Amino acid sequence: MTDSVLAMAFVYLLAAVICVPVAKRLGLGAVLGYLVAGVLIGPWVLGFVGHEHHSVGHFAEFGVVMMLFLVGLELRPALLWQMRKPIFGLGGAQVVGTAVVVGAAALALGVHWKPALAVGLIFACSSTAIVLSTLAERGLLKTQGGQASFAVLLFQDIAVIPILAVFPLLAMVPAVLSPDAAAAAGDSRPGWQTGLMLFGAVAGVIAIGRFIVRPVFQFLAAVKVRESFTAAALLIVVGIALLMQQVGLSPALGTFLAGVVLADSEYRHELETDIEPFKGLLLGLFFISIGAQIDFGLIASEPAMIGGMVLATMTGKLVVLWSLGRVFGLDRPSRWLLAFSLAQIGEFAFVLLQFGMTERVFTAEFTAPLVAAVALSMGITPLLFVVLERVVLPRLADPGREARPHDEIATDAETPVVIAGYGRFGQMVGRILRANRIPLTILDLDPEMVELVGKIGVKVYYGDASRVDLLHAAGCEHAKLFVLAVDDKEEATKIVENVRHHFPHLTILARARDRQHYWELRKLGCAQVFRETFGSAYEAGIAALIKVGFRSYTAHRLAKRWRDHEEQTLEELGKHWGTKDYFARARMAMEEAERLMRHEDPTVYVERDAAWDNESLRADRKVDAAAIDAERS
Amino acid sequence: MARSQGRAWGQTARPCAFGQLTPPVARPLLATMPRVLVLLAHPVLERSRVNRRLLSAISDLESVTVHDLYEAYPTLSIDIAREQALLVEHDVIVFQHPFYWYSVPAILKEWQDLVLEHGWAYGAGGTKLRGKLTLNAISTGGPAQAYRKEGYNRFTVRELLAPWEQTANLCGLRYLAPYVVHAALKVTGESDIVTPRDGYRRLVTALRDDQIDLERAARAENLADEIDAVLAPREVA
Ligand SMILES: Cc1cc2nc3c(=O)[nH]c(=O)nc-3n(C[C@H](O)[C@H](O)[C@H](O)COP(=O)(O)O)c2cc1C
Repeated sequence: MTDSVLAMAFVYLLAAVICVPVAKRLGLGAVLGYLVAGVLIGPWVLGFVGHEHHSVGHFAEFGVVMMLFLVGLELRPALLWQMRKPIFGLGGAQVVGTAVVVGAAALALGVHWKPALAVGLIFACSSTAIVLSTLAERGLLKTQGGQASFAVLLFQDIAVIPILAVFPLLAMVPAVLSPDAAAAAGDSRPGWQTGLMLFGAVAGVIAIGRFIVRPVFQFLAAVKVRESFTAAALLIVVGIALLMQQVGLSPALGTFLAGVVLADSEYRHELETDIEPFKGLLLGLFFISIGAQIDFGLIASEPAMIGGMVLATMTGKLVVLWSLGRVFGLDRPSRWLLAFSLAQIGEFAFVLLQFGMTERVFTAEFTAPLVAAVALSMGITPLLFVVLERVVLPRLADPGREARPHDEIATDAETPVVIAGYGRFGQMVGRILRANRIPLTILDLDPEMVELVGKIGVKVYYGDASRVDLLHAAGCEHAKLFVLAVDDKEEATKIVENVRHHFPHLTILARARDRQHYWELRKLGCAQVFRETFGSAYEAGIAALIKVGFRSYTAHRLAKRWRDHEEQTLEELGKHWGTKDYFARARMAMEEAERLMRHEDPTVYVERDAAWDNESLRADRKVDAAAIDAERS
Repeated sequence: MARSQGRAWGQTARPCAFGQLTPPVARPLLATMPRVLVLLAHPVLERSRVNRRLLSAISDLESVTVHDLYEAYPTLSIDIAREQALLVEHDVIVFQHPFYWYSVPAILKEWQDLVLEHGWAYGAGGTKLRGKLTLNAISTGGPAQAYRKEGYNRFTVRELLAPWEQTANLCGLRYLAPYVVHAALKVTGESDIVTPRDGYRRLVTALRDDQIDLERAARAENLADEIDAVLAPREVA
């Protein structure tokens, strides 16, 4: 037994260790790596794992539960409340819409309405595990499309509860549903009782989060045993999952709720770091087991049927999602992201199909190809992301911004100064200029920023400053000064190139991320470049000198002297950036600065040994007179 | 206890800046109003021989405010409103500084140019400084005999300070003779400066307490030389 467990662990880990880095290297993402690993070790390729994968899969599903707990930790209740509209609006519409489309298709194929509706509901759910990990891996979670996807997934998790509840009503042979069978399915209680239990469980989770976790952690913190912290964190997740299962709620939903409750607590980071590694491993395991579950035998025997089903379902979901994205006002790239990321059928389908069989909604023959289709659709999701990123989004890139056409810029906006980018940097420059009544034309590409600043009465035009037509519209021909304050390096470079090329008369003041960017912008012809953190660090340096006892005026003079040297060497060093003697030169420059500060008198108010003393003045005068005499003769 | 104006909150005392060793103390409610404002201008006080010691002689005096200009305005951007408020609050304004190129260190010139506004210090409605007393307390590198008509510097210190005297005059201040410590560069230790220190303390105390012969003080050439004469009759009383 131990042997086989260790051997299995070895196989799984080895597969993951090999496939994941390869997949990442190829730019395909870790999730696809795990899936491929699963396929490889599964019964159809190497056959290392066979039937036991079901139990592994069960165990691995816990990864999803943990993931939702972590997601909840990131979402403070207030934030969740803000998202109620996309969750219930967009999410609700998606589940209903997909169920209708898929159900109608099934009906058209001659399936009875009851199983057709059940399949519709099941296929409406997407894979929380795959989608959230992929979005997180690609840094898309915080984008508009990512947030929308998250909202829909959350609604689906909630929707599983009523779906489970209606399945018994969809049974094809209701007569068989004797009280015994119903009890076996775990649903002998009357409706009101179930409702009460649900309510009680949710209240219980909130109470645990609010009142129990804190004192327990305080106690553990006092004892100072690291593992007990980890154990307690796991205990919370496992306990809540169990409780949820008992009352027939989705464990993932329950732990998510617990996460939200704990998001405000001071132990949030503690919990996060404790759970994170478990989640990572278990999720990996989960993906591997999905890969291993794909029944290639069945697919090979019925390729057209299963392939067609996957294709039709995913296309249908895609269309529904895309349209809803449009209705709910997502911009174009976000719409595509939403549609592509949620087009698959999720892991809930496995559970629900199983449940449907117990409830006699489906027969076993009916279910088998569906399971294969679900696994396949999950398997190709990472590929869809690759298509989205490499094919769809790049095409969208330019017209995509058209989604919100750049603002019409008033013709009287001919101002002497144009500012591109109105974030922390641009705002500071802008405020100083505005305070001195210099008219500005301000451009920014972040709709939120445009709106936010608009609220305090500053007119910022939405638009991409790297586009020449917008630069024209912003009045660059008539302006004198262009302040480049965007934070994105590539964007900045693109803008400078365009401004230099089309409006060579403009003086450019540019914000740079770092030295390298500084040199790049200088080379492109910016009159002056400012490293974005230099100013505040410089001030902090002066404050530090004062704190260690220098007089303020002296500290300022010393720092300024250092700064002059620094700026001069920066220009010098730029010529050597990228060559192999760069570091040697950088070190030399630093040593030079230190030598300079140490040996030369920093302040010039020096009386060189009694310089203002009478005798010495007189002596000097004699020397001067002698020199003048010598010159004359 | 002297109030220390050059000191921002939270700053630790610096060994080199004597006027600032003591934290500002809340004056008791019915105590005397601040009377003497010492505007100190020295760019490198940490290396001063004379001004640092002169300052330490008065910094503990009650109702005397020391305001270290270079410390307060290291970038020379002077807060006009704050400076004017300080002037209004005090009755005697002492400019303490080393003699640089027969004149004042740069910050004092900047101070003068910004703070003494038209309509505030002079001109129509410019009456805020009327009736106050003012003088310069100076250290010079050159010895006393150099500051004479026949001496190396050809003018007396008081003559060289004519712009300050006339500024005071225009603003309605009463200008007193400067308190000059000569041959500053010969000072190497405490013992070299006992008399000037002591005289400075007596002078500032007397100015605070109105115990000074103003006629005489206005006529004098160098208050340091005539300190006994200027203070004698009152101090005894
Ligand atoms: C820039 C500069 C200019 C000076 N000009 C004069 C001057 O015009 N006449 C003079 O007697 N001493 C002059 N000195 C000498 C200073 O007056 C002398 O160093 C100062 O009074 C010493 O005071 P301290 O010990 O408080 O620094 C000058 C010194 C410096 C640094």
